[in-house]
Amino acid sequence: MNAFTQEAIAQPPRSGAAGAAQFAGWDSRKYTYYKPKGRHATHYEDVTVDVQPDPKRYLLQDFIISFPDGTPTYSENWTAAKSSDWHQFRAVDEEWERTHYQRQSTICGMIGNVVENARRAGAPKRLDRTWVKVLEQYLGAYKHAEFGLGMATMHAQRYGYTQMINSAILTNSSYKLRFAQDLTLYLAELALDLPEINLDLGKQHWLENPAWQGTREAVEAINGTSDYLEKYFAVNLVFEPLVAELVRSGFFMQVAAAQGDFTTPTVISAAEGDYQRNLANTAELVHILSQDAEHGAHNRALFNRWLAEHGKRALAAARQLQPMWSLPHHKVAQFPEALNRALERIRSITGELGLELPAELKAA
Amino acid sequence: MTAGLTLNKITSQRGVSIGEAARRIADLGWNPSYVQEAMTFPTDYKIGRQPKDPMKQVLRSYFPMQEEKDNRVYGALDAALRGDMFRNVEARWVEWMKLFLAIIPFPEISAARSMSMLARLAPGEELRTGFTMQMIDEFRHSTIQMNLKKWYMENYIDPAGFDITEAAFGKCYATTIGRQFGEGFLTGDAVTAANVYLQVVAETAFTNTLFVAMPSEAARNGDYALPTVFLSVQSDESRHIGNGHSLLMSILNDPDNHLLLERDLRYAFWQNHCIIDAAVGTLIEYGTTNRDKSKESYVELWHRWIYEDYYRTYMLPLEKYGIKVHHDDVAAAWDRLVKKNYHHKVAQFFSVGWPVNFWRIEAQTDKDFEWFEHKYPGWYAEFGDYWRWYGKKSVPGETPMLFDQENGYVYPHRCWSCMVPCLIREDFVVDEVDGKLYTYCSELCRWTHKVAFSAEYEGRSTPAMGRFSGRREWEECYHGWDLADCIKDLGFVRSDGKTLVPQPHLRFDDKEMWTLDHVKGNTIQSPLVLLRNMTPEQREKHIADYRAGFTIRPFQ
Ligand SMILES: [Fe+2]
Ligand SMILES: [Fe+2]
Ligand SMILES: [Zn+2]
Repeated sequence: MNAFTQEAIAQPPRSGAAGAAQFAGWDSRKYTYYKPKGRHATHYEDVTVDVQPDPKRYLLQDFIISFPDGTPTYSENWTAAKSSDWHQFRAVDEEWERTHYQRQSTICGMIGNVVENARRAGAPKRLDRTWVKVLEQYLGAYKHAEFGLGMATMHAQRYGYTQMINSAILTNSSYKLRFAQDLTLYLAELALDLPEINLDLGKQHWLENPAWQGTREAVEAINGTSDYLEKYFAVNLVFEPLVAELVRSGFFMQVAAAQGDFTTPTVISAAEGDYQRNLANTAELVHILSQDAEHGAHNRALFNRWLAEHGKRALAAARQLQPMWSLPHHKVAQFPEALNRALERIRSITGELGLELPAELKAA
Repeated sequence: MTAGLTLNKITSQRGVSIGEAARRIADLGWNPSYVQEAMTFPTDYKIGRQPKDPMKQVLRSYFPMQEEKDNRVYGALDAALRGDMFRNVEARWVEWMKLFLAIIPFPEISAARSMSMLARLAPGEELRTGFTMQMIDEFRHSTIQMNLKKWYMENYIDPAGFDITEAAFGKCYATTIGRQFGEGFLTGDAVTAANVYLQVVAETAFTNTLFVAMPSEAARNGDYALPTVFLSVQSDESRHIGNGHSLLMSILNDPDNHLLLERDLRYAFWQNHCIIDAAVGTLIEYGTTNRDKSKESYVELWHRWIYEDYYRTYMLPLEKYGIKVHHDDVAAAWDRLVKKNYHHKVAQFFSVGWPVNFWRIEAQTDKDFEWFEHKYPGWYAEFGDYWRWYGKKSVPGETPMLFDQENGYVYPHRCWSCMVPCLIREDFVVDEVDGKLYTYCSELCRWTHKVAFSAEYEGRSTPAMGRFSGRREWEECYHGWDLADCIKDLGFVRSDGKTLVPQPHLRFDDKEMWTLDHVKGNTIQSPLVLLRNMTPEQREKHIADYRAGFTIRPFQ
């Protein structure tokens, strides 16, 4: 045996704790392979950045499986938008698993409490009868639109070129699908106290009522595109402000209280909060791409085209919903004002982003 | 108040039953009539029957349940720090976590992404909530593991290797095996990838070894953090296994799918065996200091989980649906583990390559030898002297093991299919695909590349099947490079600009640590490039020599 006996080699360190010994690299206690967006790395960045690898970021051997046509596991060509650096984007809401479950769980708890307290107080029985029909048929139809947006984003979260983009789309999908289920189960809870509610009518209206056909077409068109970024864009920058907020805030949130309904606005308010986050994330990504030094002009032209195509359908959808405003007994909101607010909203969003609305939307 | 009466009982009211809730939620989808859904990732399978969701879960109970699980995990991490866990943790173990935790978040997030491929495939909505939950679960797994890794980096004696983790994952010669695993979940035929390879085989058969065996071994090494995180991860797997089984049942329903399913079960089982058994077998038996002879060895665990629970109770029953189950593959995998020392050879290979890794691998010692010999009779004769050489060569100034001529180890070829080297020398296979020469660790890996991942299978056209691509042989990327330049390019150098991140020992002292100067002057070569450049006669001799194997020189 030489000087390095097995015993010497096996000598364990006294402690495995940080600082127990000092040697090269002993205090390198931050992830060093990416540049934080701000001065300091956020927890969100640490658990998110570079988990999805690519040849521009350390992937030495390139992707090692491809689709039969040679497209690799992740491709920059899955959207018509171009970027000189897809890795720049960070989600504004900085969501990672823990914050996501905390927020979703809080919402589930809030809705559960509201429904339970309302039932204990006998609130459903005091609802205006006409309003119950509106909930049954119109809120019942609208839940399918939210589900459609959830499926579109679930599909889209496979295609983004970075972890940051895909995870922002993933949480978006999770929010939309939760809300579609919130509405479904909220109506089912109501029906326990109000057996006259026919829970199948909502879907029937979604499929057949002319007022909903524009909305359905707009949602199907979003699901019909194969460009994942177009989906994300159309959901959050077009459909949400023009149709979804119009229905949620412009109608249900405003009108419900006057019909003796204090629970529906609470259920719906959660989705408005969700949307603020999804909007901020999408706007940030679109902003980065619009300002891209190399591809900004190309991207702005592309985004304007998406705005025009999906905007036209969304505007038609919004207009077809007009009859809904005349249904409640107590008319506390008018369609034209609600639509105007929706139009102002999309004008302000696209204005901030430097995008050009189509003529119909500018003039409407 | 009587004992049984609680506030909850007084105030609780009836609500919508779980069955009714699941039924209502399953009715949210519709068949589009204005615009058809975009062409999604293709499959050659036909799915005519609506898959059922026996678990009947809804998101409003899912989120609070998961939040509660998270609270327990983060509470336990805080408690571990308060209890000074790192003072007693075994460094040998934590070092291997630099490898394991560099790999695992990518397969996890790949599983999340792959759910969008399944959500659009199957008709009906029932299982979509199941896929949605799996998508969010896998997002959970990926980020909770990244968090755990950050926590090790902040609290463990040597953070080097954790600090470069995702960069290292993209470059290291060992993590390449994990990328094959993760990309397999989400590329190529959607059913092959996300249903068969991920759910039916990786999750159903192999997650126990990953997420139950690993935590047990962690606890034996004073690491209470990993078990908390990984048992929590594992608690989500029954949902994923359920998703996989439901979809499998609707696929089985159409006899037209049987041929493809037989192909995919073969490919997926064999490749999972190659990759998971290589990684986990090494981690839990070479990354541990616990040599309790009464604990089950990796192959004993394998027999219980893979052979009994999976092969006998999951795979075999598929025969009654008319699926040909390849019993011989299971037997061959078992033989590789118990007769051909598969994972022992993997551990040996990882240690040979320590200069191009990014964690510390210390020598196995007498105490370890005794346990190995007890569990694997004959182990010492094959590996004992090797590890003694390794201990001797762990001193800076010696030739690094990768280039050491004295000990007798011969650097292996890479398997083009599973990316693990061809370590069982007698099983080494060479073949041509599209006019190019490739090397494989086994006959089934050759079959996977040449026959399964192809445009046609047994006369049937398979236009959706994926292809192997990229620079799959790691060594080729650095063919002709000096080792020191290679390590610099890999980024495996510490903050002082000269000391290596990897070290062949656990001596936390600059005087004992290797620097770039110690490894300079050795040229890396790609065995595949060399093989392709040989004349047919040279090649034939080389292959025969390779199959004959090598002998480690007696250590004196
Ligand atoms: Fe997972
Ligand atoms: Fe899973
Ligand atoms: Zn192989």
